[in-house]
Amino acid sequence: GKTRIGLVNQLKSIVGKGPLNDDAVMEIESLLLQADVGIEATDYIIETLQTKLKAEALPPDGAIAYLKTILQDILDKPLAGKEDKAFVPEQGEFNIWLLTGVNGAGKTTTIGKLANLGQKSGYTCMIAAADTFRAAAVQQVKVWGERTNTPVIANPGKNTDPAAVVYDAIAAAQAKNTELLLVDTAGRLQNKQNLMAELAKIRRIIDKKAADAKVESLLVLDATLGQNGLRQAQVFSEAANLSGVVLTKLDGSAKGGVALAVTQQLNLPIRFIGAGEGIEDLRPFSSYEFVEALLNG
Amino acid sequence: MFDALADKLDDAWKKLRGQDKISKANIQDTLKEVRRALLSADVNLQVVKAFIADVEKKALGEGVISGVNPGQQFIKIVYDELVKVMGESNVPLANANEPPTVILMAGLQGTGKTTATAKLALYLRKQERSCLMVGTDIYRPAAIDQLLTLGNQIDVPVFEMGTDADPVEIARQGIAKAKELGVDTVIVDTAGRLQIDDDMMGELSRIKDTIEPDDTLLVVDAMTGQEAANLTYAFHEQIGITGAILTKLDGDSRGGAALSVRQISGQPIKFVGVGEKVEALEPFYPDRLASRILNMGDVLTLVEKA
Ligand SMILES: Nc1nc2c(ncn2[C@@H]2O[C@H](COP(=O)(O)OP(=O)(O)OP(=O)(O)O)[C@@H](O)[C@H]2O)c(=O)[nH]1
Ligand SMILES: Nc1nc2c(ncn2[C@@H]2O[C@H](COP(=O)(O)OP(=O)(O)OP(=O)(O)O)[C@@H](O)[C@H]2O)c(=O)[nH]1
Ligand SMILES: [Mg+2]
Ligand SMILES: [Mg+2]
Repeated sequence: GKTRIGLVNQLKSIVGKGPLNDDAVMEIESLLLQADVGIEATDYIIETLQTKLKAEALPPDGAIAYLKTILQDILDKPLAGKEDKAFVPEQGEFNIWLLTGVNGAGKTTTIGKLANLGQKSGYTCMIAAADTFRAAAVQQVKVWGERTNTPVIANPGKNTDPAAVVYDAIAAAQAKNTELLLVDTAGRLQNKQNLMAELAKIRRIIDKKAADAKVESLLVLDATLGQNGLRQAQVFSEAANLSGVVLTKLDGSAKGGVALAVTQQLNLPIRFIGAGEGIEDLRPFSSYEFVEALLNG
Repeated sequence: MFDALADKLDDAWKKLRGQDKISKANIQDTLKEVRRALLSADVNLQVVKAFIADVEKKALGEGVISGVNPGQQFIKIVYDELVKVMGESNVPLANANEPPTVILMAGLQGTGKTTATAKLALYLRKQERSCLMVGTDIYRPAAIDQLLTLGNQIDVPVFEMGTDADPVEIARQGIAKAKELGVDTVIVDTAGRLQIDDDMMGELSRIKDTIEPDDTLLVVDAMTGQEAANLTYAFHEQIGITGAILTKLDGDSRGGAALSVRQISGQPIKFVGVGEKVEALEPFYPDRLASRILNMGDVLTLVEKA
């Protein structure tokens, strides 16, 4: 494959060792745009960088270090001031994690990976198969249930109400003192009002039927996404009261830069990244690693 | 309806009113707005650069037509160029002289290959072309079940060998089965794969060499960002595609990925997916997508005035 020169070296070849010039800043701008950071977030990042560069003539490595700080600050901001930054279900409590997102983002696969993680960490887990629409969606999530030894609550009927499945799953989880209930939902595009209303109903059932549960509402975003990701986060936030994001398919060459725009504009933390189709390919999110990968590709 | 881009173009072009010549100097603000619009629509940066250079050349060749709003005149130039780049007219699916026509589906994970396989089969069936679908995705849990369920829905047979067989072998036997059944068209669904996964790309390449498809369709999600260019390049270079299907256009993405796919591969987008249901497939019309990328529903009536 093509060898990649680090960004610092690339910039050095443009400006030598001296302070960053306009060409070099343009280079950084291109890199951000090509990582799907989007025009608005890129403008903000470049302006912040330029303000610094005007106050202080920075050589390439100094400028890159500052750029990394800007990016990491954006990603860390949703959790700033929060004490316990580890993202885990509360032991001995009823936790419900609801996974939502557009079609094909990686929700069901992430459910499987989370079930694996949950079981290995000693939680009692259960899966609600609330995608009652897509062909073989229930079979798919059942395979993950078998792989992870996790019971799957499904409704054998066709085109049943997903909220009813969630209702049944909550009852089953409560009866068994389950600690972590993972809810798989059907993919839906955020401009489909009826499907978003259906999602809002699922969320209402959760809040009502399991009022004491610790609910995490996670939006699954595909790293290959462009600027539509922002719109997704906005609309899903309203319907599902999101508390975080899972960024999937980061094992590809897409950088997932839209996640920066999402954290910046919606104040949603990224909780996990998906880096493959295998059961172990889920990692806690690290803003440091994300920024390194984004800039050094 | 005018939208933000049209307004901005108008602003940028107000300066030009009273000037009879478009010059390199007075066009820059306008080009910048177009660049931003295309980037916001997820057109790949490199593709945008080349496109802007073309538009600039075109615009410099034209004077400001008096009596016409220069903003609209410019939009027409951009719009025409977009339509031109995207292929002007619809290109139909391959139809081999000697059946079966073989169609290979390829693409990243979750883009909509399996759904598009069923949609195409139904589409062809409605044209009295009989089909067989072949399931070679042995990796994704329940991928074969998914295809079987869809086959059942649309009453089209599915050839599969479970998940223990080699995908290349399944594809080979699938074609043999199609010949045996005497169907018009056989559509081979494949597992999603990353273009940087050498093993999986090698497998796809072997499938292609084995079945010698008449059409190799890259299935691309309309919500794809900058990566559309990279993935198209890799699939075209390593596998060789003859067209594309753009899925999930029923969403509110601007679909700029289409421009990247077309520019990078030179191959036409043949169909668009506009829903989860098996009926939701339409031929691709470049003019509609050009309006969508520019985010101007009414661009047609607008440009007629120009
Ligand atoms: N390379 C890669 N593929 C992934 C990852 N996560 C999921 N996938 C693949 O993406 C495809 C779609 O994943 P699913 O989990 O079915 O996605 P979904 O969001 O549940 O899809 P729908 O229910 O149809 O909306 C499958 O082929 C998965 O194997 C990841 O992190 N990396
Ligand atoms: N809204 C909408 N959803 C679509 C469209 N095409 C496919 N989908 C949905 O996208 C998701 C993924 O579709 P699949 O056909 O399973 O995608 P795939 O490319 O076969 O996925 P893998 O085999 O895992 O790589 C499913 O939820 C489909 O229902 C479309 O045009 N519009
Ligand atoms: Mg799913
Ligand atoms: Mg598939």
